[in-house]
Amino acid sequence: MARYATNEFRAGLKVLLEGDPCSILDNEFVKPGKGQAFNRVKFRNLKTGRVWERTFKSGESIEAADVMELSMEYLYSDGEFHHFMKTDGSYEQAAASAAAVAEALPWIKEQDVCQVTLWNDDPISVTAPNFVTLEVTETDPGLKGDTAAGGTKPATLSTGTVIRVPLFVNIGDVLKIDTRSGEYVSRA
Amino acid sequence: MSLHDDWRPTCSVAALRARAKLLAQTRAFFAERDVIEVQTPTLGRTSVTEPQIESLRTQCGAFLQTSPEHYMKRLLAAGAPSIYQLGPVYRAGESGRLHQEEFTMLEWYRLGFDDQALMAEVSDLIDRLLGPASYERMTYESLVGTVHGEPAELDLAYAEAVGALGSVRCFVTDYPANQAALARVRGDGGQFRGDNGHFRGDNGHFRGDNADDARAARFELIIDGVEIANGYHELTDAVELGARMARDNQQRLDARREPMAPDERLLAAMEAGLPECAGVAIGVDRLVMLALGASSLAEVVPFADR
Repeated sequence: MARYATNEFRAGLKVLLEGDPCSILDNEFVKPGKGQAFNRVKFRNLKTGRVWERTFKSGESIEAADVMELSMEYLYSDGEFHHFMKTDGSYEQAAASAAAVAEALPWIKEQDVCQVTLWNDDPISVTAPNFVTLEVTETDPGLKGDTAAGGTKPATLSTGTVIRVPLFVNIGDVLKIDTRSGEYVSRA
Repeated sequence: MSLHDDWRPTCSVAALRARAKLLAQTRAFFAERDVIEVQTPTLGRTSVTEPQIESLRTQCGAFLQTSPEHYMKRLLAAGAPSIYQLGPVYRAGESGRLHQEEFTMLEWYRLGFDDQALMAEVSDLIDRLLGPASYERMTYESLVGTVHGEPAELDLAYAEAVGALGSVRCFVTDYPANQAALARVRGDGGQFRGDNGHFRGDNGHFRGDNADDARAARFELIIDGVEIANGYHELTDAVELGARMARDNQQRLDARREPMAPDERLLAAMEAGLPECAGVAIGVDRLVMLALGASSLAEVVPFADR
């Protein structure tokens, strides 16, 4: 596998750090006038999402990670793995563990197209689309005409996720939701 | 930014004005003190041997100067009065928020000054350029916590301690003898070890490296966590300089880097006699950055590296 030297470090570069695939977030060149040059580097661990900071002597290198980010369609869950399919017409599939889909799962339903991060062709993280549409399966009866009062109530979506919705929302309504904030946007 | 917009400067018009004002104030400061401006070559046949500074080499084998130090010392040895130079210098591979491969350096030499007198003049200039403030003093040992350890570990500890200093103006003094560069080294009694041949121990080896009590007559000025100035009570002993250059080159070889041919003309000038003096170099772009409250050099130089 290729290696990257500190002078090639750029935000977004995918590398292996302590055996885990990471994405470089930030690379700062540090050098006392007369002294050794260093690179102080922030990484996001692509498996855990945690941010790591490490300092390298300038000129050191680290191994590249075979990481790809692809759009893939969510097919189904077999109870243990969640299956996704490439959208490039190849019909190639990949199975994601519960850990890899944990953040996306509250928001996605079959046929939604997600961003999947593959490391050595294995999904390590799945990001839901920014906006999804989901049906309300359970909520208190809507208050007719109450479209401006500003109050909210809990509603359970078809995925089992509970969000706050306006009072006028009814069971069976399909809602548009921003998955980044987990907030109701509108009726779809 | 699209390639179409790539021609644009990286700094604002306000930064251009701040830079112009700072340069004019600097020249006025030295005119008042009868320190004359010189312009020595930025392209030379050789360059510094310093292990951690790389010079850019041109196709015909000349080197872009990393500071005007060697040329300026040759002027002093030939009878020049106190002098300053304000212009570009170059350091290969240094690029980042606080580094550009080409940057503007203000360097000056004061005949008859020592490091203490020069620190006072540096603070006068900084007061003029950034407004008056107080100046703290710390030894290298009190800043870093130690003078012992692997050079790279010390450098990292130093860089982190400097960055953590916060919004103060602080002179750091008493560098370990093996970080003297071109400064004199003094022992615990305050006597210099570099200028009469006694710097070599009985076995002919440089003593400063291991002598616990030996410190360099070197200072740096740190402002708001940024290294601004580096100054020396200058070494005047050519034999000692030759020994340090050889030691530098050994370190370069050990690190698998190309050695740099010692600057024979500087050595000859020192043999002819460099007068007692102190010298200091200031990173002008960093000063403009501080004056403007900017956070990177790219915001204050017209066209940043990248």
